[in-house]
Amino acid sequence: MRKFLNARGNSAFADRVFKWLMTLCALSIFAIVLLILWELMLRSGMAWHKFGFKFFFQPGTRDRYSGLLNYWDPVNGDFSALPFVYGTVVSSLLSLVIAVPLAVGLAIFLTEMCPKILRGPLAFITELLAAIPSIIYGLWAVFVLVPLLREHVNPLLSKYLGWTGLFADTNPTGLGYVAAAVILAVMILPIISSLTREVMTAVPHSQREAVLALGATRWEMIRMGVLRNARIGIVGAVILGLGRALGETMAVTMVIGNTPEISKSLFANGSSMASVIANEFAEAVSDIHRSALIEIGLALFLVTIIVNAFARFLVWMVTRGAPARVH
Amino acid sequence: MATNATSFRSKYRAATDHIVTGLAILATVVVVVPLVAIFVYLMLKGASSLNLDFFLKNPVPEGESGGGMANAIVGSAVLLGIASLIGVPIGIGAGIYLAEFGRGTRLANAIRFTADTLNGVPSIVMGLAAYSLIVIPQGHFSALSGGIALGIMMIPTVARTSEEMLLMVPNIIREAALGLGLSNWRTVLSITVKTASPGIITGCMLAFARVAGETAPLIFTALGNAFWSTNPNQPIEALPLQIWVYATGPYEDQHRLAWAGALVLIVLIVLAVSLVRYVTSRGVLKGAS
Amino acid sequence: MGVGIEVTNLNAWYGTNHTLQDIDLKIPANHATALIGPSGCGKSTFVRCLNRMHETNPIARVTGTVRIGDMDIYADAQPVEIRRRVGMVFQRPNPFPTMSIYDNVASGLKLNGYKNKRSLDEIVERSLKNSALWDEVKDDLKSKSGASLSGGQQQRLCIARALAVDPEVLLMDEPASALDPVSTSKIEDLIFQLKSQYTIVIVTHNMQQAARVAEETGFFLNGRMVEFDSTHKIFTNPSDKRTEDYITGRFG
Repeated sequence: MRKFLNARGNSAFADRVFKWLMTLCALSIFAIVLLILWELMLRSGMAWHKFGFKFFFQPGTRDRYSGLLNYWDPVNGDFSALPFVYGTVVSSLLSLVIAVPLAVGLAIFLTEMCPKILRGPLAFITELLAAIPSIIYGLWAVFVLVPLLREHVNPLLSKYLGWTGLFADTNPTGLGYVAAAVILAVMILPIISSLTREVMTAVPHSQREAVLALGATRWEMIRMGVLRNARIGIVGAVILGLGRALGETMAVTMVIGNTPEISKSLFANGSSMASVIANEFAEAVSDIHRSALIEIGLALFLVTIIVNAFARFLVWMVTRGAPARVH
Repeated sequence: MATNATSFRSKYRAATDHIVTGLAILATVVVVVPLVAIFVYLMLKGASSLNLDFFLKNPVPEGESGGGMANAIVGSAVLLGIASLIGVPIGIGAGIYLAEFGRGTRLANAIRFTADTLNGVPSIVMGLAAYSLIVIPQGHFSALSGGIALGIMMIPTVARTSEEMLLMVPNIIREAALGLGLSNWRTVLSITVKTASPGIITGCMLAFARVAGETAPLIFTALGNAFWSTNPNQPIEALPLQIWVYATGPYEDQHRLAWAGALVLIVLIVLAVSLVRYVTSRGVLKGAS
Repeated sequence: MGVGIEVTNLNAWYGTNHTLQDIDLKIPANHATALIGPSGCGKSTFVRCLNRMHETNPIARVTGTVRIGDMDIYADAQPVEIRRRVGMVFQRPNPFPTMSIYDNVASGLKLNGYKNKRSLDEIVERSLKNSALWDEVKDDLKSKSGASLSGGQQQRLCIARALAVDPEVLLMDEPASALDPVSTSKIEDLIFQLKSQYTIVIVTHNMQQAARVAEETGFFLNGRMVEFDSTHKIFTNPSDKRTEDYITGRFG
């Protein structure tokens, strides 16, 4: 046996090759980011050349015949991405308004108030819902949510909140920014909630106990002992939700109306950056049209990377024990 | 001596506490009930539309009834096969690097951070990159480009889950292998990875289920195909793509099929998520006591 | 047959921590040598220098010479080769959880490419007999996993695994510290029998254990080897006052 083993020789070469191979696999992750950046910059060059940075906020040209503002004109090769930026921002912000209070409320309940038996199943449900693909949420939104909004919710909103000017002219189809915002809210809620839970549980028990020892009620303990310390991380969780909302494609495409217009009314049809790409790219015939769409894609890529990186940094600050400063 | 002010204050605080508790419970109910309702609605609507034809037949011309999504299911299988060939080996390799070679190094931290950030990039961007990288030079849409887009999406997910699972293997197991005179690569592959393999496999399943439901990256890469096709060099149909087209069309029969397809996807995902939970919670990786 | 170990001017570091200082000693072949000393005195580090396991830690460093038999293990060979000649049993039993009892014992051979089935069967049986585990597991060799045994059995399995590659030296780092008294005495009996075939170095916290099984004993303190002599002399008439203080329980 000793002879056999001694003859096996040493493995320094094989070990080195193996390590090198694994390192290469890991570096591929950097390569992917660079690859995407390169390809998108390459193909959006044409549009960038023609329109420059104004591409994103160029006001539309008024159509001679209909009097409407025309932003996105594949026929004449004239493109302004303003309606899509507007649509993305409006639908995402509105979805945050809906989702954040609910998500944080859910997180508070699960971390501080929930009986132990319920905690597991509820967390499991949240995890499942985060895993459901966008297309399925879109399917449900089209057949259940939109009719619901159209028949019951929108008329009420218009009646009681119409004075704000945001809820005028109910859209007869039930599509539009509101529908998009609601389905987005449903989709980003699990993420915001589970991350908020994570940062809340990262706050050490000693903080909670210190506040309780001063005679605080449970809510006061949560507010001063937990939320204050986890504040940065919760902001991070919200921003992460925003990042997801900005890039959501399928569900939004199916309910936002896909009209490249800007409207004050939240009921109006609109479009988002991701949804216009999904809608038009496969049928685009001119190179400039495709290039314009890819430029939108590039902007989406950069924005989501920055937003996500920033959000993760905030969450990291709380969960890795960087002392959360109490202002 | 309790003044009116003191007792008012403490009543106020108690009341606030109760109100907030009520609000938190309300939030939970407002969230959980509709979310569960969506789930149940999907299951019911899908189940009522699901039959054997769904799996065996190809789509029939618009307006006609019957038919199924067999070509979409097969198409998805082809796409996922290509995606897994790319995503699984490279992803596990990256996970091995993060857990076994780069532990604690700055490079590893940077890679981990980048992987997490990549997971947040909209999948349609991946589709655009694949279009630019493959469809344009090739001059046509293909299953290959769609598979590559999905494969690239799998890499960061698989890498992170693999890393997590490998880190769970107790260090004394590695030491036992090294102490026996096994080479480093042998230790990593035959001992460490093998011990973590239940977890790694389920992590791959999770990534698999996630990309199985992706539509956006396929719209202008795989494109879709009305007919039966398994050729990687041709456009191919996929389940989520088909669901999208049917759901946004006017035909009732197609809507039915869309629900059935959605159910198939949901079942796949529930299985994957449940399996991952089972493996990680049971501590299947407990080595020497 | 075992071989002797000769250590000259061994120094070891963990980062900036100078864990071992100027160690010189000769471990005789086919004897059991015990290493005793208080926690943190460096005896575990010393033993890990003998099979080049110390350097698996990225901040670890070693200087000096260690000769096992006629080979300078740092200058003349690669770590993997050395570890095939020097077996190790760890403080906590660590059988491979995904493998059966048979595969665990055979792992050092199978994973190095040894394929002869009949020979493997013999080796597995012999190793398990040598580690006094054969009778307890001979019917479940392939059906039970290594991790399903009791603590004491697992440790004997690890000994069998180490013996299967036929090392010349067997290092044991507090092998019985995690076990109950019955298993401990079984392992001590084992050491008695094994030393006729191998050179054994055993690190132990338990002075009675050292007295029971070892011919030679070395006393470590704060990274230095204070005294190394026959066990009898160390425990009845130590030359160094520090040794005497430790033996009589004044510290440690």
